[in-house]
Amino acid sequence: MIIGKSAVAGTLESSDAQVTVEPSESGLEVEISSSVMNQYGRQIRATVMKTLERLDVHSGKVTVVDKGALDCTLKARVECAVYRSNDIKDAMSWGGAIV
Amino acid sequence: MINAVGRDIPDEILAMTGKEPFQGNHYKDGVPFRRAAPIIRPVMSNDHSKMVKDIHEALVKCHAHNGMTVSFHHHFREGDLIVCMVMKEIHKMGLKNITLAATSLGKAHDDLVPMIEDGTITRIEASGVRGKIGEAISAGKLKGLAIMRSHGGRVRSLVTGETRVDIAFIGAPTSDDYGNLRGIGGKTNCGVLSYSYVDGDQAEYVVAITDCLVPFPNFPAHISMTRVDYVCVVDSIGIPEKIATGAAKPTTDQRKLMMAEYCTQVVVNTPYFKDGFSYQTGVGGASIASTISLTRIMKERGIKMGFGVGGLTKPMCDLLDMGMVRLLLDTQAFDLDAVSNVINPAHHRITAGAYANPFNKGAFVNRLDYVILASLEVDVHFNCNVVVGSDGVITGAQGGHPDTAQGAKCTIVICPLLQGRIPAICTNVTTVTTPGESVDVVVTDYGVAVNPNRQDLLEALRKADCVPLKTIEELRDIAYSIVGEPDPLEFGDRVVGIIEARDGTIMDVVRQIKPKN
Repeated sequence: MIIGKSAVAGTLESSDAQVTVEPSESGLEVEISSSVMNQYGRQIRATVMKTLERLDVHSGKVTVVDKGALDCTLKARVECAVYRSNDIKDAMSWGGAIV
Repeated sequence: MINAVGRDIPDEILAMTGKEPFQGNHYKDGVPFRRAAPIIRPVMSNDHSKMVKDIHEALVKCHAHNGMTVSFHHHFREGDLIVCMVMKEIHKMGLKNITLAATSLGKAHDDLVPMIEDGTITRIEASGVRGKIGEAISAGKLKGLAIMRSHGGRVRSLVTGETRVDIAFIGAPTSDDYGNLRGIGGKTNCGVLSYSYVDGDQAEYVVAITDCLVPFPNFPAHISMTRVDYVCVVDSIGIPEKIATGAAKPTTDQRKLMMAEYCTQVVVNTPYFKDGFSYQTGVGGASIASTISLTRIMKERGIKMGFGVGGLTKPMCDLLDMGMVRLLLDTQAFDLDAVSNVINPAHHRITAGAYANPFNKGAFVNRLDYVILASLEVDVHFNCNVVVGSDGVITGAQGGHPDTAQGAKCTIVICPLLQGRIPAICTNVTTVTTPGESVDVVVTDYGVAVNPNRQDLLEALRKADCVPLKTIEELRDIAYSIVGEPDPLEFGDRVVGIIEARDGTIMDVVRQIKPKN
């Protein structure tokens, strides 16, 4: 899947994460900031990368502002932002690969 | 050297401070020492005036100098104006190398950060540090060490002469022109002046700062004229409505209410819950809720409390007004209800020394049955951390935590299993502030763990079948299964702060933070 247009999912509430995706020509760029960066930065990045991989996203700019979200929340926010960037509104395969 | 809670205290810190590593709660029990005595300048003439026109004149008369130690109390909490007022004058006078020995520092003192950066303040001693000063210390901006000690430990430090205060500034809601000070009767009332009492005893100079001068004698004085050198009147010493910040209203948060219910069940099903029991609790939402639910059961069973002690809040004062507790012993008013309740004749003021000093001939904390405490982190050794955030930044205060935890027969720590993504129950706390040997029961929203040293309590709770019992390791495993195991923090080499044990030994050190990006 590609990043069709700029899209956002999530909030800046505690225990949530706000994910912004933007189209880009130059590969995949993932920027993460987090209130728990020191303890969970590595795991947050791994979760975001794994989710993008599963969605088959290989280019675009992805910005994650994390406020201590659990992995399940991070996954959902990344998926949602990517779906929104493609105007996918129904028949979403949450947690699955997109074909 | 590895101390009794397994923390590595660098030899150079032991050498630099002349301190010993922590060797267990009872290491200094009964060990004699000589009390330090300050220099006093007697006042004999009957026409002597103690009034000074401003802070500057007070500083000059008290021979303010480079390298001196100045002290303050934190009874005005987030509403304090005194510390910044005095430090700005010290800064204006160009004095350097000052040790700031406050009973606690918080957000009200964010303006001091530039004075840390420019070398005006080079050492800090406090119960703890919240706000921007904590961040500055953790970032390595303070040239010397920050020493964090409990309220009882601070009194010990002044009484033994380890901390020698050159000038103590005591913000006083009312004072007369001869330095009789009270925590009430003015326009910025804090109720009690408990933390300052030892400063009055041990500082070389004592300056009272008030915004309400009253006729002599201001009586009964909380701090006596016999301790006070100068009196300074200023426009305002504090912001009354901010004195109560941090004190929670009765919570509606179901998670906290559930923990409060577990906590109450632990109290009422352990052997010390009988008529005349003693009790202390903090200001967290769950602690306050547990006081309220405990009151209900006390009424049902016709059990009254003997005394309540420590920092006080409305639910404790309500107990007094209802005749459910014989007397309250107050070291700090956490809300304005507690401030105004001081007029009740059974609501007594006590000094921080009587409350918690480990080096007197017995403090009130030694006579506590129950204390209900909070904690940022608790580890599987039952060690608690109340000073350093899980991100490694100094963000809290010891307060009376280590004092009451050691003193009470049953120390209960209430702590939600997770704070956002941060597991509060973990393998090793970031920094040890209260040793596990002091902690008996940990109450979380996922269950209650009893320290294996307290088989008696475990047996009582098992028999009562009143709370879901878990081991502390089980609680940790549940936490990690939800949020993942946190990566270890990366610190720099430099030690920026010391967590002092009650007896003056070193419990742990705080290192400069190394941010990960």
